[in-house]
Amino acid sequence: MNLETIIGLEVHVELKTDSKMFSPSPAHFGAEPNTNTNVIDWGYPGVLPVVNERAIEFGMRAALALNCTITQDTKFDRKNYFYPDNPKAYQISQFDRPIGHDGWIDIEVNGKTKRIRIERVHLEEDAGKNTHGTDGYSYVDLNRQGTPLIEIVSEADMRSPEEAYAYLEALKQIVQFTGVSDVKMEEGSMRCDANISLRPFGQEAFGTKAELKNLNSFNYVRKGLVYEVERQEKVLMAGGELQQETRRYDESTGNTLLMRVKEGSSDYRYFPEPDIPRLIIEDEWVESVRNALPEMPKERRARYVSELSIPEYDAEVLTSSRELSDFFDQTLSFEADAKQASNWLMGEVSAYLNSEKLGIDETALTPKALAEMIHLIADGTISSKIAKKVFRELIVNGSDNVESLVEEKGWAQLSDPSKLLPVINEILDQNEQSIEDYKNGRDRAIGFLVGQIMKQTRGQANPGVVNQLLKEEIEKR
Amino acid sequence: MTILDHTLEELHELLVKGELTSLQIMESVYDRIEETEANVGAFLALSKTEALAKARAMDEAGIDPNNILSGLPIGIKDNIVTKGVTTTAASKMLEDFVPVYDATVVEKLNDIGMISVGKLNMDEFAMGGSTENSAFKVTANPWDLSKVPGGSSGGSAAAVAAGQVPVSLGSDTGGSIREPAAFTGIVGMKPTYGRVSRYGLIAFGSSLDQIGPFTRTVKDNALVLNAISGYDQRDSTSYDGETPDFTQGIDQGVKGMRIGVPKEYFNEDAKEKGVIESVRAALKTYEELGAEIVEVSLPHSKYGIPAYYIIASSEASSNLQRFDGIRYGYRAENVQNLEELYVKSRSEGFGLEVKRRIMLGTFSLSAGFYDAHFKKAAQARTLIRQDFEKVFEEVDFLVAPTTTTTAFNIGGQIEDPLAMYMADILTVPVNLAGVPSVSIPCGFSNEMPVGMQLIGKHFDEQTLYRAAYAFEQSTDFHKQKPLFKGGK
Amino acid sequence: MSINEETVKHVAKLAKLEFKEEEIHDFTEGMDKIINLVEQLEDLDTTGVEGTYHGITHHSVLREDKAKLEVSREDLFTNVKTKQDGFIKVPAIMDNGESGA
Repeated sequence: MNLETIIGLEVHVELKTDSKMFSPSPAHFGAEPNTNTNVIDWGYPGVLPVVNERAIEFGMRAALALNCTITQDTKFDRKNYFYPDNPKAYQISQFDRPIGHDGWIDIEVNGKTKRIRIERVHLEEDAGKNTHGTDGYSYVDLNRQGTPLIEIVSEADMRSPEEAYAYLEALKQIVQFTGVSDVKMEEGSMRCDANISLRPFGQEAFGTKAELKNLNSFNYVRKGLVYEVERQEKVLMAGGELQQETRRYDESTGNTLLMRVKEGSSDYRYFPEPDIPRLIIEDEWVESVRNALPEMPKERRARYVSELSIPEYDAEVLTSSRELSDFFDQTLSFEADAKQASNWLMGEVSAYLNSEKLGIDETALTPKALAEMIHLIADGTISSKIAKKVFRELIVNGSDNVESLVEEKGWAQLSDPSKLLPVINEILDQNEQSIEDYKNGRDRAIGFLVGQIMKQTRGQANPGVVNQLLKEEIEKR
Repeated sequence: MTILDHTLEELHELLVKGELTSLQIMESVYDRIEETEANVGAFLALSKTEALAKARAMDEAGIDPNNILSGLPIGIKDNIVTKGVTTTAASKMLEDFVPVYDATVVEKLNDIGMISVGKLNMDEFAMGGSTENSAFKVTANPWDLSKVPGGSSGGSAAAVAAGQVPVSLGSDTGGSIREPAAFTGIVGMKPTYGRVSRYGLIAFGSSLDQIGPFTRTVKDNALVLNAISGYDQRDSTSYDGETPDFTQGIDQGVKGMRIGVPKEYFNEDAKEKGVIESVRAALKTYEELGAEIVEVSLPHSKYGIPAYYIIASSEASSNLQRFDGIRYGYRAENVQNLEELYVKSRSEGFGLEVKRRIMLGTFSLSAGFYDAHFKKAAQARTLIRQDFEKVFEEVDFLVAPTTTTTAFNIGGQIEDPLAMYMADILTVPVNLAGVPSVSIPCGFSNEMPVGMQLIGKHFDEQTLYRAAYAFEQSTDFHKQKPLFKGGK
Repeated sequence: MSINEETVKHVAKLAKLEFKEEEIHDFTEGMDKIINLVEQLEDLDTTGVEGTYHGITHHSVLREDKAKLEVSREDLFTNVKTKQDGFIKVPAIMDNGESGA
């Protein structure tokens, strides 16, 4: 029996708003427990939710970037369940009228493009956080309670763990480019659950699925799915039957462990949220959000390769984040050479960001400064050796005018013959023997003379120009 | 005539003239409470010290002549949260609950200088029609202490009827202002849904709940509604249109108005004929005042009870899930784990009627029953609402009895929840439609007050006040005083 | 339709309520009567009728995205019975299949 793997992913993404989905308390990370909360987050008796406009806009932006249709007559619903991190014992979510539906994204696996359909994108509020103590108690922090989330539900279109991995990468990139979220799995602003089942090739009906949780990185998603394919295969090949269950990925072993068996579907008793009037999204709003969407990574890559002759791989790296790609585009807008800009961003800039653990927008470097520096290298004003010094200065302290900076610091190369000739002749006067040696065919003598001139000019002389002038002066003697 | 026999307008005038102080008013309020409370039992808590201090401060600062309610007393139903003042919703679940914020209506009252006397008894979480479902005490009807004051805002109604306070706030989800107003012979307004902010009202049926005032006179009622109405950015369901002055044109009479009489609301076979007779007599009065009486039909109102009980209970089942023993409220002792904490806290903290409604609501929303129950009820609600919209194309307002009977005996129906539910038959369609309705006294049956409700178009409380005022001015039912029959 | 004790127990579980074994019988009977009452709705033809789920007809009420803090953490904890280091302390969670969003 040949088995086909069927995977669908549910991805939660936290939206980067200032305030929460339904309450005005701050939706920010890292505060002391329960300090970013108010009576609404706590579900105090008598409180009411009020919808955050930007959360709607962000939800729409993400949905549009994922090629979804916007549900313009939408609403919120209550999903009822008890849990300490869910203070009202209902989560306000969207049940049957998600903000976006019927979208898709293209992924690439082994050089082939495949379209993965997206069933829906809906808005909801995040839950708080329970920390399980070893003392028989749990500790509840409601700071995260009410943070706006979108849940992106794919169709069961993926056929291998690699496809799931590629889907997540593409999804992350797109959402990141829209600017609505940090999409960082390690910080929990992106979370993923996976549904996986196997079926004999040719069979239409899906097999019994398992839902995988605790997948805290893209790698864990892939590893968990790989493990799960093997586990399910073993059971089915041995003629066994699978049960519908929820399994937890174990980071230490790479295995998945049974959490619970599903008995029917959970009864969340969804019903329309009576405290929130239905939401009609006008055409103008949808169009203005659509028109403001940035160029997506796939389109940018294509443009870099075809219009700028950037190699595929480099284009890939440059579009790995919105910030980097925007920075590159802006650098080009100051008429920097694309290849040079790309080299700098992929080389020195990336190395610096990695070692300092910073994002490019967290440094002092600006696209204008990088472009100016590239111009100064090209016209010989600075040497490539000095350029490293200039770069360091630009990324640490920044500069509005790189030319004056270079001048101020005395980093410009001496290329002016009228300034170089007196030095050259002085050195020649002092080294008759070297002239003789050179004329006798000992080329090394030139190296010695250039070295002397560089020493005399404290390294500022332009070596190319010096070489040229030196030979001319020797000839004259 | 005592201080508390005055209308709000009169009290204000006396305050401004300096013939009376706010402190004197507050003292007479607490004297009257002391005198009658053993019989009536309207209050769950009194804020005497704070209220007297506030009155003194108001007197010192001087009463604002442009602010008609400043320095005057008010009682508040105990499901409206008051910062720093225990708010129980008459439930063991919230016996020691101290809110950390004020409801919007409370903020508004504070801003205009009304002084809260205390918190008023009610059916637990506003579920009931007799105030017997309070976890703490039974409130008696000031007309006959062996009878219920109605509910769920029974404390609010009894306090005004007994002359303890000139004004109180109640809430109405399916009749909880109008029924007790009718039973105690006073004026109770259920405003249009959205007219008054619900922020800080402990939710029962979120799409039905409205806060409204109880007073002895119609104009007093309009004055208080003026003070508590208006858009609230913390309540997305509040109405952002203009709030008119509800007293404006109140004395213009009903001449030329068309009054609809919904035939389904006049059950000639009712066991207590006195109620319908009183309302029929009232309609005669309206005719004499120059109004035209038109019979109309609200054919879907008969589905009001089932639709209401499903919708209100479903919403309540969800609203009341937050009472889990964790962040506030009753918490069971000696629990082994979280599940036990939930189940025991809720089972011990909620009373029987509340559990009954939670069960009905949970059932109505649960998988397999949602379509036949909750969805069906929501559809019935649409038809009920459309009935009202249609008749309002023909008439200016409707008149109907508020209740099918006058106040019943304490203990008389509590064992029969079904009979209790049926008692709301004339009031729930109004909540389902979201329209305003005011109940005013219109006669007596078996020596107990009879109430009639005037039902208006959405956001047309003005017409209701005008018509109610016209009736009140040509009758003297509102001048009758309760007898405290059977009192000590 | 009539409701049985099994259903009542199931609904009680969803609602996190418990009833003593001897109460269940009476409760089931009572609920059955109420459910019979609400099933009068079955007579009503609602084909093509949209449900009404709100008390108002206005729509699209949105709030500007501006963060502010209104109540101190200390105040919020006023009614909390067990707390520690700024957390709300609750008995151990026995995994019952529910978790965050």
